[in-house]
Amino acid sequence: MSLLTVQSLTKAFGGVTAINDLTLSIRAGAIHSIIGPNGAGKTTLFNLVTGIYRPDHGAVTLDGKDITATPAHGMAALGLSRTFQNLQIFFNMTAAENVQVGMHRHCDHRFLPAMLSLPGIARRDRELAEKAAELMRFVGLADYVGAESDSMPYGALKRLEIARALAAEPRLLLLDEPAAGLNPAETAEIDDLIRKVGETGVTVVLVEHDMKLVMGVSEHILVIDNGRLLAEGTGPEIRHNPDVVAAYLGEEGRTL
Amino acid sequence: MRRLATPRHGGMLALAAIVAVLPLFLPNDFYYDVAIMAGLNAIVCIGLNLLIGYAGQISLGHAGFFALGAYASAILTGTYDWPPAGALLAGAAGTGLLAFVVARPIMKLSGHYLAMGTLGLGVIISIVLTQEGDLTGGPDGMPVYGFSVLGWEPSTALAWYWIVGGLLLLTVWLAMNIVESPVGRALRAVHGSEAAARTAGIDVVHYKALIFVVSAVLASIAGSVFVHYRGFITPSEAGFVHSIELVTMVVLGGMASIFGAVVGAAILTALPQLLTFLHDYEMLIYGAILMGVMIFMPRGLVPAIQAWIRSRAR
Repeated sequence: MSLLTVQSLTKAFGGVTAINDLTLSIRAGAIHSIIGPNGAGKTTLFNLVTGIYRPDHGAVTLDGKDITATPAHGMAALGLSRTFQNLQIFFNMTAAENVQVGMHRHCDHRFLPAMLSLPGIARRDRELAEKAAELMRFVGLADYVGAESDSMPYGALKRLEIARALAAEPRLLLLDEPAAGLNPAETAEIDDLIRKVGETGVTVVLVEHDMKLVMGVSEHILVIDNGRLLAEGTGPEIRHNPDVVAAYLGEEGRTL
Repeated sequence: MRRLATPRHGGMLALAAIVAVLPLFLPNDFYYDVAIMAGLNAIVCIGLNLLIGYAGQISLGHAGFFALGAYASAILTGTYDWPPAGALLAGAAGTGLLAFVVARPIMKLSGHYLAMGTLGLGVIISIVLTQEGDLTGGPDGMPVYGFSVLGWEPSTALAWYWIVGGLLLLTVWLAMNIVESPVGRALRAVHGSEAAARTAGIDVVHYKALIFVVSAVLASIAGSVFVHYRGFITPSEAGFVHSIELVTMVVLGGMASIFGAVVGAAILTALPQLLTFLHDYEMLIYGAILMGVMIFMPRGLVPAIQAWIRSRAR
C-alpha cells in the first residue's frame, strides 16, 4: 500500500524544468532514500510535496487523498512533516520551545482564552512541554532540554529539527539532508536515530548525499536525475545499475 | 513565592508598585501630564511590540490607528452625542475592522516593502483626517468633551493618572498572557522561520493579520483615552513622525519585551521634558542618548539589563 504517490509532476522555474513528468510512489512503513546528482530536483520534489511550491502539472496524494492544492500549513494535520536542508531553527526560542512549536496542531491556540489566560491553557501547555522534553531525549538531546537554541552546536540543531518534525506526530517524515555537515561519528548517530524513528512506525523519506548512510539505512532507494525518476530498488540493485553509475560518473563510468 | 520570582509576576508587581507610588513624586500637573502620556504611549508600544518584536513585522503606520481611535471618540461624542465609552468601543471596533481588511494584502509584504506599505497606510489616514474638514475640523483639529463612565467624570490630573495606570497594567497582563501562550509561541515562530512555522501547521498569514489587528485596536483605545484627556485633537497625531516615535520607543526599550515597551515609552516621553533645561542643546543630547543606547545595547534596554542580571547571577 503506497502512502505517498506523485503522479506526472512537473515544475519549471523560468526555462529550467526542475521536476519533469515525475511519477513515483512511497510504500508505508519503511525507510526510503531519494538520491541524485546536485540539481537533480530532490529538494524541489520535497517542496512540491509539502505545499511550499505549487506544481505546474500533476498530482500528489497522501494515503489516497489529493494534497496537491493543500497549503503548506495544512500538511501537519494530514500527517506530513519535514526537516530542512538549511537549518530552519527558531533562534528566538529555547530548544524545548522549538519542539513545542512542532506540536502546534495539538495546542489550544484560540486567541481569547489565551489572552485571558484561562486555566486550561497553561495546564495543557505544561503537558506539551513535558512531551517536548521526552522527544528531545528520544533524539539524543537530553543535555539541551533547558538550552537556548542559539547556544547549541550544529549537530545538535540538526537533531532538534528532527525532534520538532516528530512533535507533529507525522505518518510520513521527509528529511532533507539530515547528515549534511556532520562528521562521521555524528552521521552514525543520525543513522541510529533514523532507524529508531522507522521502528516507531513512521515512514521516512530522506534526501541525502552520504552514500554510506543511504545504503545502510534505506530499504528502498529512488534515483532522480534531471527531474525524472532514473531508477529505483534496493541498495545493491542501485549500486550496480549502469544508468545510475552513468548519471553520477558520466558515460565513461559505465565501463568502470 | 516562587511564582513571584519569575520575570512575569515580579515584573507585574514592580510595575504596579511604581504606578501606585509614583504620584508621591509628581509635584504638579506638568509631571502628571508626562506620566499620563508615557502610560498612553506605553499601551500603544506594547501592541506594537507584539507585532514588531514578537511576530517580526514592522509597522510605520500605527499613529494612524491611534488617531483613528481619537477621532472616532471625538466625532461620535461631540457631533453625535454618543456616550464616551460607547464611542471608544466603536472606534476600537472600526479601527480593528480597517486593520483586518488591509492586513491580508499588506501582511503579504515583508521587510522594507512592509515598512513602505504600512507607511503608506498611515499617510492615507493622515490625509483623510486633514481633508475631511466637515467631519474632523481639518488641519485645525477639533475640541473634545470630557470623559464620563456611569456619571463619573475624571476632572483632576490624578484621576486621569489612575485611569491610564489601570489601563496600562491591564494591557501588560493581557499581553503577557498572549506572549506566554501557544499563540505567542506561534507569533515568535513566524518571526524565527516562516518556512518552519508553516511546516509545523502554523497559518503564517493568519497570525500576522491577527496581531496586526490586536496592535491596531490597542492603539485605537489609547487614542480614544488620549483625546478625552487632552480635550483637543489635530491630524498631526496621525503623522509619520508620531509613527516613527512609537517604533523608536519599542526598539529602545527592547524588542520582544513587554516591559521593554513600557520602559522605552516612559524614557522617550519623559526625556525631552527633562532635558528642557539644556535649552539649545536639548535635541543634540536626546539624539546622542538614543545613539549611545543603540550602539552599546543593540537589543534594547530591558533585554540588555536582563542579560546583565543573568550573567551576574551565575
